[in-house]
Amino acid sequence: MMLRDQDRIFRNLYGSEPWHLDAARRRGDWDGTRDLIAKGRDWLVEEVKASGLRGRGGAGFPTGLKWSFMPKQPTGQPVYLVVNADESEPGTCKDREILRHEPHKLIEGCLLAGAAMGCTAGYIYIRGEFVREAEVLQAALEEAYAAGLLGRDAAGSGYDFELYLHRGAGAYICGEETGLLESLEGKKGQPRLKPPFPAAAGLYGRPTTVNNVETIAVVPTILRRGASWFSDLGKPNNTGTKIFCISGHVNRPCTVEEEMGIPLKVLIERHCGGVRGGWDNLLAVIPGGSSVPLLPKSICDTVHMDFDSLREVRSGLGTAGVIVMDRSTDIVRAIARLSKFYMHESCGQCTPCREGTGWLWRMMTRLAEGRARLEEIDLLDEVTREIEGHTICALGDAAAWPVQGLIRHFRPELERRIRAAALQQAQQRQAA
Amino acid sequence: MPAFAFSEANQAEVARIRARYPADRQASAVLPLLHLAQAQHGGWLPRAALDHVADLLGMPRIRVYEVASFYDMFNTEPTGRVQVRVCTTTPCWLCGSDEVVAAARETLGIEVGETTLDGRFFLREFECLGACANAPVMWIDDDFYEDLDGPKARAILEAVKRGEQPVPGPQSGRRGSEPLGGPTTLLRTGE
Repeated sequence: MMLRDQDRIFRNLYGSEPWHLDAARRRGDWDGTRDLIAKGRDWLVEEVKASGLRGRGGAGFPTGLKWSFMPKQPTGQPVYLVVNADESEPGTCKDREILRHEPHKLIEGCLLAGAAMGCTAGYIYIRGEFVREAEVLQAALEEAYAAGLLGRDAAGSGYDFELYLHRGAGAYICGEETGLLESLEGKKGQPRLKPPFPAAAGLYGRPTTVNNVETIAVVPTILRRGASWFSDLGKPNNTGTKIFCISGHVNRPCTVEEEMGIPLKVLIERHCGGVRGGWDNLLAVIPGGSSVPLLPKSICDTVHMDFDSLREVRSGLGTAGVIVMDRSTDIVRAIARLSKFYMHESCGQCTPCREGTGWLWRMMTRLAEGRARLEEIDLLDEVTREIEGHTICALGDAAAWPVQGLIRHFRPELERRIRAAALQQAQQRQAA
Repeated sequence: MPAFAFSEANQAEVARIRARYPADRQASAVLPLLHLAQAQHGGWLPRAALDHVADLLGMPRIRVYEVASFYDMFNTEPTGRVQVRVCTTTPCWLCGSDEVVAAARETLGIEVGETTLDGRFFLREFECLGACANAPVMWIDDDFYEDLDGPKARAILEAVKRGEQPVPGPQSGRRGSEPLGGPTTLLRTGE
């Protein structure tokens, strides 16, 4: 079964039409927003719960449940919605398409989410490198204000909601929700200890919900078409559609909205023209952004792309950034480059991450060159275990998992390199 | 130390930015104001600009220095006027970012991390730019150049050197991040 175009939420994913308000309205955005808000907070939260929507930023937490943690009664004090548009996870480029081609889906989603949680204002935190995307989003926000869709009595709903754009300045860690809040408060983006969770004390110490761009942007369509429309797509506990970004060694890399649970092989063959050199030329796939463990071809043959299926094979859907590597890939170098990324992006707050990410990168670099001893493979694995679970935020885990995945699935390759390098050294010594 | 002040046009922008944050939470404006100051000052932030922003927002100066050094987009030393950054993280690397880096080094005649002698170009490697389906990517000032290879990167940089503004986006002829050769979905838009 192929997802029908009429069940795709992002009809302008590729920017074939203008992003402007009038074009967005023709695509169905902002249709009956006031009536949806009039159904009340409880209805909005329950409908999102019933849809089964899980967060699209990586963790997959149920969105409606997250919303229900916010205070029920207004106190006259500010309550915030913060949208995480700090898309920086290597392999991930889905939110960019929403920001530049479907900004009104995001803005309308912010208004509806804000109404569902009684938020007084919202901030969209966009990564600094997305200069052009921020220009589009700012212009779309101004259109929405000019049309009375934001601000006082937003969309004629009687509800007041201010929405602002905030630009980051180049730091992966600001994609972690409390690092993002610190950054939004004008500080270094160093994550906070939890609890308290943002729903209790978030931005400026006030109740706050942080949601990913895609999560918020699908909400208006879910509310208009009904929770059951969304939950009938995909599979139980893994409902709806999802934007996948496929990069690396496929014939035609692309971003595409597909049904949750689509087989990985179908995703690649239907939309990307297959793996370069054919499916049998596949070496491995990182299925959900750089933080999740890679999968060797034998698992890729049959795995489905959803939260639970990927968890069963000890990886994850993450952001659905699919990085494909064919048999020409130096897999050790590919993972070593990720270790360098995490070393560069560690905020330096927790010792196991600050020091450990450097250890991982240096050991991975030596392993890539074969300059290591066999027992160091176990030592490397042990170092990842010393980082994993011992830090304030998940960056430590994210640095550990790709290396663990490499050892789990490609240990013979690591051993082969070490033996080959040792043999070469011995031969050189003999020759000398 | 030479003084720094926002230009008249930018002062209006400063006011617009500050209005987005509660009156007692003005430190929130630090990133946008540093962006603005850096753009006004030719791509880097002198100490005077950091101090000015700190004083405007009522922040201890050390807090602004911390912020300026924490975020990769802020330069606290003079750099080239044109910022050339090549993404070399794994998705771009798999698709040939080594060739793009080599083309940039050769065309600009400098190593990564250096500025050309005339002070015009600054070259650096950058971590994932979030355009992986269009890898490899080079980011020049405010624009992404995508779907590159060595010769395409070279042609773009040669054009920039001649004072031209090459058209940004995918250099492969496709639109956005649709599959090359045309989309496999959304074939009946407007339906």
